[in-house]
Amino acid sequence: MNGPSPVVILIAAIFTNNILLANFLGMCSFIACSRQIGTSLGLGTAVTFVMVMTTAINYVVYHHVLLPLGLTHLTFIVFIAVIAAFVQFVEMFVERFSLKLYFALGIFLPLITVNCAILGASLFMIIREYSFMQTLGFGFGAGVGWAVAIILMSGLRQKMRYSDVPQPFEGVPIAMCITGVMAMAFMGFAGMVSIQ
Amino acid sequence: MVYVWSIVCFAGLVMALATLLMVAARVLVNYGVCKLDINAGEKPLEVEGGQTLLSALYANEIFIPSACGGKGSCGHCKITVTGGGGPVLPTETPYLDRKEIRANLRLACQVKIREDVFVRIPADLLNVKMFDATVASATQLTHDIKEIRMKLDEPAEISQRPGQYVQVQAPSDEGPVFRAYSISSAAHEPDVVELVVRLVPDGIGSTYLHNLNPGDKVNFTGPYGEFYLNEDPSVEIVCVGGGCGMAPMKNIIDTLYHRWPERTCWLFFGCRTTQDVFYLDRWQKLAEQHPNFHVIYALSDKLQDGEKWDGETGFIHLSVDKYLEEGIPRQAFLCGPPLMIEAVTRTLTAKGLKPEDIFYDEF
Repeated sequence: MNGPSPVVILIAAIFTNNILLANFLGMCSFIACSRQIGTSLGLGTAVTFVMVMTTAINYVVYHHVLLPLGLTHLTFIVFIAVIAAFVQFVEMFVERFSLKLYFALGIFLPLITVNCAILGASLFMIIREYSFMQTLGFGFGAGVGWAVAIILMSGLRQKMRYSDVPQPFEGVPIAMCITGVMAMAFMGFAGMVSIQ
Repeated sequence: MVYVWSIVCFAGLVMALATLLMVAARVLVNYGVCKLDINAGEKPLEVEGGQTLLSALYANEIFIPSACGGKGSCGHCKITVTGGGGPVLPTETPYLDRKEIRANLRLACQVKIREDVFVRIPADLLNVKMFDATVASATQLTHDIKEIRMKLDEPAEISQRPGQYVQVQAPSDEGPVFRAYSISSAAHEPDVVELVVRLVPDGIGSTYLHNLNPGDKVNFTGPYGEFYLNEDPSVEIVCVGGGCGMAPMKNIIDTLYHRWPERTCWLFFGCRTTQDVFYLDRWQKLAEQHPNFHVIYALSDKLQDGEKWDGETGFIHLSVDKYLEEGIPRQAFLCGPPLMIEAVTRTLTAKGLKPEDIFYDEF
C-alpha cells in the first residue's frame, strides 16, 4: 500500500485536514444547521454515514467502471448521481426503521444530497489516489471532522445566544468570523500528522 | 466512440440506481393496511398505509378543501389529527400558528399514514360531495369576467348556503388541481351551480373555466365555507365587493329576497372603469321590485372623455361611509382584494359593526 496508513489518514482528516475548516466545504448546511447541538449532532451523524458509504461506492464505481472504460470525464456527474440515489435510499431506510431519527433529521437528510463536502470527499479520494482501505479511513475521518466542527460551532452559538453581538454582526456574519477563528485554531494541529 | 460509451455507461448507471431505488421503495415503504378513525368512531375506515392523509380521505370520498393538489403550498387542508400523525413537519409550520399547533391542527396533505390515525372532521366537510356537471351557458359579462352556469348531473342536487364555495377540478401540467370559486346561483336553485370568474393571466383555474363551452363536462367538490346568513329579519345585510368579487353577493341577495322580500340590504360594488361594470341593470331591476334593496356602484378611475356615469366615484369604502348610518344592527359580507377589505372593515367598524358580524372572502 502506498502512502500513509488508513488510521493516519483518518486522524489527519479529522484534525489537520478537516474538510470544513481546512477546505471550507459544506459551509451552507454548516451555517444553517448549527444553532442547536441536538440538530447538529443528528446532521453530523448523517453526514458521516453518507460520506463513508458514498466514498466507498464511488471508489468501486470509479476504479471498476469509469477507469477501465476510459470514462473518467464522467466522474463528476456519476458521483453526483450516486450520492443523490444513496441519500434517497438512506431516507427511505431511516423512515422505515427509525421514525424518531427520521423526524429529528427532518429536512436535513435530503439536504445532504447537495452538501458539497460529500462530493468533495469523493473527489479528494481520486485526486490523492487512495486505496480502498485508505478511502474508508478518509471518508470516515472527513465525516467525523465535519461533525466535530459543526458540533463545536453549535456549542459556541448556543453560548453566544446571550452575548451582546454588535447588530451588523448578528446571525451569519458572526458565525463566519467564528468559523475563521476555529479554522486558525485547528491549524495548531498541523504538526501532528500530515497528508498532502 | 467515447461519446457512445459515455452515454451508454451513464444511462446504464442511472437506470441501475433507479431500479435499486424502486425495489427499495417497494420493500421499505410498505406499511400495510392502517385504520383511519374519523370523529371517534363515527366513520372508521381502513386505508392503504404509505399515502398521505389527504389522498386517503379523497379515496374515501371525504373532500377536504385543497387548492394546490397536495403540494403543501396552499394551506387549505387543515384538519385536526388527534393521534398517529407524528410531529408537525417543517413543511407545515409556515401555515400553522402556535394556537393551531396546540389544537392538533395539521395539513392533511403532509401527514403520511404510517400507523392507525385518528382525525376529527367537521360535519359540514363530511357532507361535501364530488359533483359531475354540464355547462349550460357561459356568458361574457365584461372583457375579462365570465358567468358560467352549470347543470348538475350526479348528484343532481346541491344543498348550499349563500357565501359557500366549490372547488373546481382543472387540468394542469402536473395533474388535476383544485381552485376555489364562490357559488353565485341562489340556494333555492339546487340543480345548478353558477360561478363568476375573472380571467387571471396564466391562471390554471380561470383559463380552464373561461375556455369552457356549453355542453362541456366539469367536476367540482363542495360546498365549503363557514358563513351563515343572519336569519333575524330586522338585521340589515351589507354586501361590499370589488373587482370581480360579486359571486357570493349575488347568491346572498337572491336567496335573501326569495325568503324575505321586505328585508333591507345594501350592495356596494367597486369597479375601475365603466368597462368593468356588470350586473348593474339586473340589480336596478331588483331594486324596483324590492324598495328596501339599495345598490351603489362606484368607479375608482377617472372617467374617460365622452363617458357617462351617474353613480358614485372614488374607492368603495368612501361610498359605504357616505350611505350607511350608524347604529343599525347589520351583518356584512365583503369580497375583494385585501386592501379593499381592510379599508371597508375599518369603515364598517366605525359605523358600529362588531368584528364577528363582518365576514370576508379575500383574494
